[in-house]
Amino acid sequence: MTYREAVREAMREAMRADPRVFLMGEDVGKYGGAFSVSHGMLAEFGPKRIRDTPLSESTFVGAGIGAALGGMRPIVEIMTINFSLLALDQIVNNAATLRHMSGGQFGVPLVLRMATGGGRQLAAQHSHSLEGWYAHIPGIKAAAPATVADARGLLLAALKEPDPVVLFEHATLYPLEGESEDGTPMQFGRAALRRAGRDVSLITYGGALGKTLRAAALLAEQGIEAEVIDLRSLRPLDTETIFTSVAHTHRAVIVEEAWKTGGFAAEVSACIMEGAFDALDAPVVRVCGAEVPMPYAPQLEQAALPQPEAIVKAVQGLF
Amino acid sequence: MPRLGADMTAGKVVQWLKRPGERIKRGEVIAVVETDKANVDVESFIEGVLEKILVAPGDERLPVGTPLALIRTEGTAAPSAPAAAVAPVAAAPIPAVAIAPAAVMAAAVPPAVPAAALPGAAGERARVSPAARKRALELQLDPAALTGSGPQGRVTLADVERAAQAAPAARAQPSPAEAAAARQLRMREAIATSMARSKREIPHYYLACTIDLGRALAWLAERNAGRAVTERLIYAVLLIKATALALREVPELNGFWIDNRAQHSEAIHAGVAISLRGGGLVAPALHHADQRPLDELMAGFQDLVKRARAWSLKGSEMTDPTVTITSLGERGVESVFGIITPPQLALVGFGTPLERPWVVNGQVVPRPLLTVTLSGDHRATDGHRGALFLAALDSLLQQPEAL
Repeated sequence: MTYREAVREAMREAMRADPRVFLMGEDVGKYGGAFSVSHGMLAEFGPKRIRDTPLSESTFVGAGIGAALGGMRPIVEIMTINFSLLALDQIVNNAATLRHMSGGQFGVPLVLRMATGGGRQLAAQHSHSLEGWYAHIPGIKAAAPATVADARGLLLAALKEPDPVVLFEHATLYPLEGESEDGTPMQFGRAALRRAGRDVSLITYGGALGKTLRAAALLAEQGIEAEVIDLRSLRPLDTETIFTSVAHTHRAVIVEEAWKTGGFAAEVSACIMEGAFDALDAPVVRVCGAEVPMPYAPQLEQAALPQPEAIVKAVQGLF
Repeated sequence: MPRLGADMTAGKVVQWLKRPGERIKRGEVIAVVETDKANVDVESFIEGVLEKILVAPGDERLPVGTPLALIRTEGTAAPSAPAAAVAPVAAAPIPAVAIAPAAVMAAAVPPAVPAAALPGAAGERARVSPAARKRALELQLDPAALTGSGPQGRVTLADVERAAQAAPAARAQPSPAEAAAARQLRMREAIATSMARSKREIPHYYLACTIDLGRALAWLAERNAGRAVTERLIYAVLLIKATALALREVPELNGFWIDNRAQHSEAIHAGVAISLRGGGLVAPALHHADQRPLDELMAGFQDLVKRARAWSLKGSEMTDPTVTITSLGERGVESVFGIITPPQLALVGFGTPLERPWVVNGQVVPRPLLTVTLSGDHRATDGHRGALFLAALDSLLQQPEAL
C-alpha cells in the first residue's frame, strides 16, 4: 500500500463508519484530487460526501468550520500548504479560537489535510514547509505523518479529536510504499523512535524522515550510531521522548525542510535547552532548508533542501 | 559573607547549621565559614526566620559582602517583602555598584556592548559541554583542567570519563594534606596582607620594661600546689588578666583606629596569639578578659587554643579582639616587639621570665624577670600613655592575689 492509498483508505474507512464524515476541497471529486488521494471516492460516496469546491480556500475552509460547528465531521483538503495561507484567517481566527471564545460551548472537529514540502519542481509557490506556523497556534493540533502506517493512523486519530487538526502530507511521500497497520487508532502527541542509536539523536518529522534515516545509515558505516526520532505530532510536542533520547545520546541534530530562522527546529532546540541542557555533550545543531524561495531548477531545488550528506556532515561536526 | 577579621577578603561556606524556615535568634550560629585562618561559626546579628539559603556549601571562595542567606525579620511577614541579607559585620564592605543612578534614569535600556567586549565572548571560559560539566561535578573533577577532544577543543563527557578512570589522583577534591597545605598558604597570605597593612599604615612606637615576676610566680606556685594538673593555672593567664585590668586604667590603648580616629572599646576582649601547628597564627578573643575570674579565663584560653588548632573558631572570636597579646615566653625569647593587628590600637608582648640578678632594697638578688613590650599606634596614643600602661601592668602583677 502506498502513502496515498493509506490516506484514501483511512478516509473511506471513516466515511463508511460515520455518516457525518465528508470530504471537500479543490478537485477532490471528478479529478480525484490534485495528488490522486481521493481517486475513486466520488463513485463510492457520491457528490454530497465528496464535494468539489471553488478555488477559494477561505470559503471552503470556512464552510468546513461551519459544518463542524453544525455537528458534521468534515475533512477539508487544501492542495498545498502555500495555498492554506489564504485560509489562515478561518483557521487561526475561527477554527482555533471558537471553543475558547464560546466558553467551551462549541467545538470545531475539523480535519484539514494539506500537501507540503518541496522536491517536485513546483517552485516557490507550491513547495514550502510552513508546518511550524501551525504548530505555533494554540487551539489546533498539528501532525505530519511520515510513514504509510501513520498516514492512515493519524488521519483516523484526527477524526476522533473534538478540535481542529491540521495534517501535513509531504507530497513526495504519496507514492511511498509501506505497511499500514489495522487496529486501534493512534494517539496524538506521541513521537516515534524510527531507529535506535547511542551516539546522536536525529530529530525530524514528515518529508525529512527518509533523508534522515539515510543519513543514519551512512553514519553507521562510519561507526556513528544515530537514533532517529520522528516527531509525528508538532503540537502537542512529545518532549519526553526527545529528552529521553538526548539523555542517552548527549547530542541532538534537528532536521527539517523548513527555513531555519524562526522555524520549528528552533522550537525543538529551545525545548532541549530547557529540559535536557545537562545531558548535552555538544551544541544542538539544525539542518534546515536554505533560506531562499524554493528554486525551480532541479539541481538548485535539491541544493536548497536538507540532504543526507548535509545531515552526516552536521553530525560529524559534533564529534 | 561576614568579615571575620580585619584582613579577611573572602571565605567559603563549609556548612549550614540552619535550614530554611527555621527560626533564628540573635547570636545563634547559623553557618560555618572557612576563612584563611580558621573554620569560623557565623552568628546571626538579627532575629527572624531563615527565608532562603543563597549559597550552597562548597569550594567557592566568596568575597566579603556576598549575601549568603535571607532572614525574614518580624514585621516582614510576606516572603516577597524585603528580607535582610545576612551581613553580620558592619565593617563588611558592600560591593560597589558601578552604575550611577542618574545613568539608570537616563537610559533604561543599557547601551549596547559590542559582543567581543563582553567577558567570555573571546572564549575565556573553558569549553566544556554541559554533560561533561555535570559529570565532572559528580566526579569532583575540574573539567577546565582537562584537554578537550571535541570540536574547538571542547571537553566532552568522554574526556571526563577517561580522566576519571585514568587518574583518580588528579581529582579536584584535594587530599587532606593538600587541603592543609592550601590552607597554610592562604593563612600566610592573610598574615602577609594584615602585617603589611599594619606596617604601611600604623606608625608604631615601641616601649619595653622589665617586670619582676617573683611575687606572681610564687603566688601561682602556692595556688597550684595540691591541684590536679588540669586545674592548675599557667602564668600566661595572669599576664592576660593583668593586661586587661591595666587597659581599664589606660583605655586609650583598647579599641580600634577606624575612619581616621581612635574608637575606644568599653569591653576588653583580649586577642591572644596562638601559634598553629605547621605555621601561622591566630589571635582570637578571650571575651571580657578584665571581668572573668582566673579559672574561667584559663578554661577559656585552653578552649581557644584547642579550637584554633582545629580550625573551628567562632566569628565573634575572630572579629572582637580589642587588643592583641602575644607571648613568646615558652620559646625562650627575651622580648618581642610585635606588629599591631589592624585596626587595633596596641599589642602587648611578653618574653620569657628568666632568673637574673636584680637589685631589691640595695641588694642584688636573683629574680625571675620578664620583659614586657608595648607596640602602640602613634596616631592614637603617645609614649607617655604607653608608659602609664606598662607601669599599671607592673603594679598589677605585684599583687597577684588581686587578679
